[in-house]
Amino acid sequence: MFGRIFALVLKEFLALLKDKRTRLVLIGPPLIQLMVFGYAATFDLKNVPYAVYNEDRGSAARELFADFDGATSFTPVAQITHESEIAPLVDGKQVLMVIHAGSNFSAELAAGRPAPLQVIVDGRNSNTAMLAINDASVIVDRFNTAWAQSHGGAAAPAHIEMRAWFNPNLESRWFFLPGIVGILTLLLTMLVTALSVAREREQGTFDQLLVTPLRPVEILIGKTLPGFLIGMAEASLIMLAAVFWFKVPLLGSLLTLYTGIALFLLSGVGVGLMISSFAATQQQGLLGAFIFMVPAIILSGFATPIRNMPVLVQDITLLNPMRYFLLVLRGVFLEGMPFHLLIPQFWPMALIGVTAFGIAGWLFRHRMY
Amino acid sequence: MMTHGDRNRSERAGSSRMRLRGLIRKEFLQIVRDPSSIAIAFLMPIFLLLLFGYGVSLDSEHIPLALVVEQPNSDTADFTAEFDHSKYFVTSYYASTRDAEQAMMAGRVNAIVVLRRDFASTLRRSDGAPVQLIVNGVDANTGRIISGYVRGAWGSWLAHSAQKRGEVLRVPVQMEQRVWFNSELRSRNFLVPGLVAVIMTLIGALLTAMVMSREWERGTMEALLVTPLSMREVIIGKLLPYFILGMGGLVLAVGMSLFLFEVPLRGSLWVLFAASALFLVTALSMGLLISTVARSQFVAGLIALIATFLPAFLLSGFIFDIGSMPAVVQAITHIVAARYYVAILQTVFLAGNVWGVILPNALALAALAAVFLGLTWRNARKRLE
Amino acid sequence: MNAAKHETASSTSASPGGGIALVVKQLSKSFLVGKRRIQALHDVNFSVRHGVVTGLVGPDAAGKTTLMRLAAGLLVPDSGAISVLGMDAATQSLAVQGAIGYMPQRFGLYEDLTVQENLDLYADLQGVPEAARAERYRELMHMAGLEPFARRLAGQLSGGMKQKLGLACALVRQPPLLLLDEPTVGVDPLSRRELWDIVYRLVREQGTSVLLTTAYLDEAERCDDVVLLHEGRLLDRGEPAVLREAMRGRTYRVTVAGMDKRVLQNRIAQAPGAMDALIQGDHVRVVMESDAPVDFAALCPAAAGIEAAAVAPRFEDSFVALIKAKARGDEDSSAQMTATTTSPLLARGTAEGSAQSGGVPAGVRLAGVARERVDTNQVQHIPPLPAGERGQDQFARPVIEVSKLQRRFGSFYAVNDISFAVSRGEVFGLLGANGAGKSTTFRMLCGLLPPSGGTLRVAGADLRHAAAAARARIGYMSQKFSLYGNLSVAENLQFFSSAYDLSGTRRKQRIDWALQEFELSSMADLTSGDLSLGYKQRLALACALMHEPDILFLDEPTSGVDPLARREFWSRINALAGQGVTIMVTTHFMEEAEYCDRLAIMAAGEILTMGTPGSIKAQARTAAQPEPTMEDAFVGLIMAHEHREAAA
Repeated sequence: MFGRIFALVLKEFLALLKDKRTRLVLIGPPLIQLMVFGYAATFDLKNVPYAVYNEDRGSAARELFADFDGATSFTPVAQITHESEIAPLVDGKQVLMVIHAGSNFSAELAAGRPAPLQVIVDGRNSNTAMLAINDASVIVDRFNTAWAQSHGGAAAPAHIEMRAWFNPNLESRWFFLPGIVGILTLLLTMLVTALSVAREREQGTFDQLLVTPLRPVEILIGKTLPGFLIGMAEASLIMLAAVFWFKVPLLGSLLTLYTGIALFLLSGVGVGLMISSFAATQQQGLLGAFIFMVPAIILSGFATPIRNMPVLVQDITLLNPMRYFLLVLRGVFLEGMPFHLLIPQFWPMALIGVTAFGIAGWLFRHRMY
Repeated sequence: MMTHGDRNRSERAGSSRMRLRGLIRKEFLQIVRDPSSIAIAFLMPIFLLLLFGYGVSLDSEHIPLALVVEQPNSDTADFTAEFDHSKYFVTSYYASTRDAEQAMMAGRVNAIVVLRRDFASTLRRSDGAPVQLIVNGVDANTGRIISGYVRGAWGSWLAHSAQKRGEVLRVPVQMEQRVWFNSELRSRNFLVPGLVAVIMTLIGALLTAMVMSREWERGTMEALLVTPLSMREVIIGKLLPYFILGMGGLVLAVGMSLFLFEVPLRGSLWVLFAASALFLVTALSMGLLISTVARSQFVAGLIALIATFLPAFLLSGFIFDIGSMPAVVQAITHIVAARYYVAILQTVFLAGNVWGVILPNALALAALAAVFLGLTWRNARKRLE
Repeated sequence: MNAAKHETASSTSASPGGGIALVVKQLSKSFLVGKRRIQALHDVNFSVRHGVVTGLVGPDAAGKTTLMRLAAGLLVPDSGAISVLGMDAATQSLAVQGAIGYMPQRFGLYEDLTVQENLDLYADLQGVPEAARAERYRELMHMAGLEPFARRLAGQLSGGMKQKLGLACALVRQPPLLLLDEPTVGVDPLSRRELWDIVYRLVREQGTSVLLTTAYLDEAERCDDVVLLHEGRLLDRGEPAVLREAMRGRTYRVTVAGMDKRVLQNRIAQAPGAMDALIQGDHVRVVMESDAPVDFAALCPAAAGIEAAAVAPRFEDSFVALIKAKARGDEDSSAQMTATTTSPLLARGTAEGSAQSGGVPAGVRLAGVARERVDTNQVQHIPPLPAGERGQDQFARPVIEVSKLQRRFGSFYAVNDISFAVSRGEVFGLLGANGAGKSTTFRMLCGLLPPSGGTLRVAGADLRHAAAAARARIGYMSQKFSLYGNLSVAENLQFFSSAYDLSGTRRKQRIDWALQEFELSSMADLTSGDLSLGYKQRLALACALMHEPDILFLDEPTSGVDPLARREFWSRINALAGQGVTIMVTTHFMEEAEYCDRLAIMAAGEILTMGTPGSIKAQARTAAQPEPTMEDAFVGLIMAHEHREAAA
């Protein structure tokens, strides 16, 4: 029995890796995508273009604008002198933000009265707008504290002491990179498994397998192991890049991490094989992979939090192995979560995997044309 | 009187029209017979837009927040009420910072607000820090939103309590923000147009990625090639039916955005559809190019899987701001057609007909379409080699 | 036709309306397969006459399809030219495509369009004026016998009807020249006959010129002219009758009373001077290397009572003779071959490897020399051989038992109530038109498909529910030679041997045996997808035999394979049957039906008749047809069945 399974696994590997094009697809795109997406996926604003609309001649306004100028989030691209210039700049997306200090800004400030600073933001991308406002208000707060300290006078209010655990600088790349590890691992296991049975069916070799003494369970194992092992290798490779290239901290234990990866691969390969054994043709297999993957990624909590979703959609995400895997990845990477705290994420993945395998194995023999 | 040459030319044009008509009719018949392309064009936008339109939102609401009040009094009760009544937070009270920290470790809460024992005494000292905020920085974005919100709540509570005592709170610089186009910062208003772009990319590629390779695999291409069809006619004959189908799906998606998700449309409808048509041509011609280069459905499918969805999702500016990416990655986004379409859609929906945005992006789309079609035409020779 | 005549033919400028429809001049074409360059056509010259049917005949990878595609302007030649109706196929390809009708090997029918819609499409593409269509459609539909099916989806037509529809689509504009690439592959004999009738009517009534390729040699015989290609070179050309007559005096029918036909065939094939020996029902057909008188008694001393009668030669005989002589010529000249040659057995055949052997070897030059006619009644008496070597009780216990087997798909019965039994060591054939239910029966027997009703037993068990060990007793070879295309030959063998639980020295022994027995040693490391069809078939058989099964299922094991490879294949099957392996086979080739011990002919899911080849042929014997072929018998049975169906 082990001899048969071994032969099957060997054959699957040979069939996958002997083809230069497949080898290329398995190694090239994941690394390129990790690099491109790793840099692309971030909510940390950099060089947001803004326009300075300073009607004040005083030094206070100059100081405040100098603070903006020095911040990495913002880059001044225009100086304007009239209100009518604002609309064209914002409408045409030349600037995301216009900062306006009125003509009596310094005077008010010196007199100890609140000096208004207008910030006009392009809200077309509300998330970017919100982030820009936050960043701007941090700069203004800092300015206020400094002003209060140096000018004594007015009693400045007490401030809030803030600490961010696990990610002191609140770098959003740390949040997204583990997610990208998950996405690419899923993509790969789908590529390897979703077409594997459908292709053999189309070529007629699947019948050939079924008439040998191989049992469906053995075929299942033989089809699973290659996807599983390739997924393991790819996930390790991508994680190495994340840790050593992007410098994402890896606080938790490798054992916990690999338990999570193993269970996720189990569920991913299971779903892939299920799609594949359900499909009569490769085209259907591919369509199935698409239909599974797109929601699996968008509804995983990768970019948008699950708790904001309507209850019904939140219930749907319970079927999504990516959801659990992302929690494991982020937990182990950034928080150093211990094994026992992640058990609630482990068992649903195992359950999804086992169910999918059961269905796939049953379909092997019972799916006709 | 027609000269001989004229007649020849008009005859040629006539038979070309006849060939094209035959090809397009065939393609439509195949679409009608094969429900999967209709499903891709009409059911997929409905399904995806419903799922994502409701499912995807960046507005942080219902954030689980732990409150630790070390010495409760009327001041602290007043302050914590701000959180209790906020739609952004779901609060829970913990007796000690330790307990709250454990809850955060286990992922039950995302942030902890601690009102210290000396809350009342340090309240009005400028170097005092009566409130401590601990956020889980894993989700940096949520972390930042929490800190912004807590800071805001703190400021307004300070002003409020000062007012109650008859004082005026003196803040040196007061930031007044005005958000244009989307004053409530409703993330659905920009996510839904972006989703339309992602979904149309998927549909465009899925509809056409396999049509040419399918003809190669089934052997029908060889039969087409030996007819007097020219390659130009083959490409138009493939593009037009799927274009019409895709436009149907697009009308559906735009209709849902406007009426179901209530995204305001400030520009004009015709600009929206003209830009969408242009984008659809680009997406379809990319699919056609994949299909032509691959010649096997398997490879075409793999390329479509890798080259369409993730780039449109991550590199289009749909969620992640392109301006904040490194220069190299920004350069790469220029070959992602969805990028231009997202810019046009967000502008036409939320800002209006801003030609300064629409024209350059439309031009870029047209250029991409021309490149894809040109490459398709070059690769789809009327030869078998 | 001789070389001089050919020269004049090709030098006449071929104008439409002249005597020549197509001229091939010094045509060469090579392809890059992987890293190897393969010469598909090598300096080929010939011409096609107007108003006749010209057949392009040759074994697998002879370059037939390449030539057709070059003629249709789908490929550009490396050197040389093809002139089609006076136009150059490479430079004026659009004009050529506008003038000819072309039917590729797998005709591009849109299976999700109806018959009428397919016709409409090609009428549009070919620019048939609207006014002329109604008349033309009526003509074509009548000719193809598709009138009742105008609204049926092309995908739901039978294989034969699909081919007829493909032909109709290629004819929609009445082309003066029709190119047909293997129009009858995978088509049952009845549909083949109908296709040929259409082609001949075209030639007769409309003066169409037809160039077609075929792997069926009985079809080549029906052509007015044949062009023989082998490994990209022109081997010979002329009228089939002339080529055939060259073989007169070399063909015999041999029987030995009481001796098993397979044993006899084996003996004769090994006898000196015998070039070819074939089982034909109850006798063996022998082709000798020369027309010198043969003493069969001396040839087969062990066969007592041997009877041999001279019979008329067939085109197939000359084909086999030419190819075999060519192969021998190559062997002789192989000493001078360059060391760089890749295996000549690879896909498309590497003709560049074989050194210039001066065209056709002199020994087989087939000038139309009249030969002494041998009386078919001349019988040589040879003493009889001792009783059959196979045991008498071998047919006693059935190995495969099928009773009232049914398979329903929806409301359609693919297999309806069939019963038969196959004994150990028997070769049992299933014959039938496309869609008759042969493959469905096979899939049920192999446990790939559950029956809807009835019972079946294979080696005493129902394979669908039997333990995995029971499956180890059968071997299965499917229609498509299902192998792992990107694995090498050795890797395929290794995989299947392990899948069948072989290990250690035994596994090694079996793999060595397969490499030796099937002459695959030299290509053990080659990717199996690059092999020629004939070698793929060998490998598929080797894989199915790794575990020495008791029962072998062969589903159309020879479709698309050239006659020589088919013969070789059957000689192996015969040897296996001699060793007691039970063999079940489906086929479209009527001459292969002759190799079987017993046959069942199926139509519409039912068995029409069952018996030995002789008895089935005897059923078709009428006054008009005293000596019916298997094909006659088959066509007769199917037609009678259709009449009954129509009447019911």
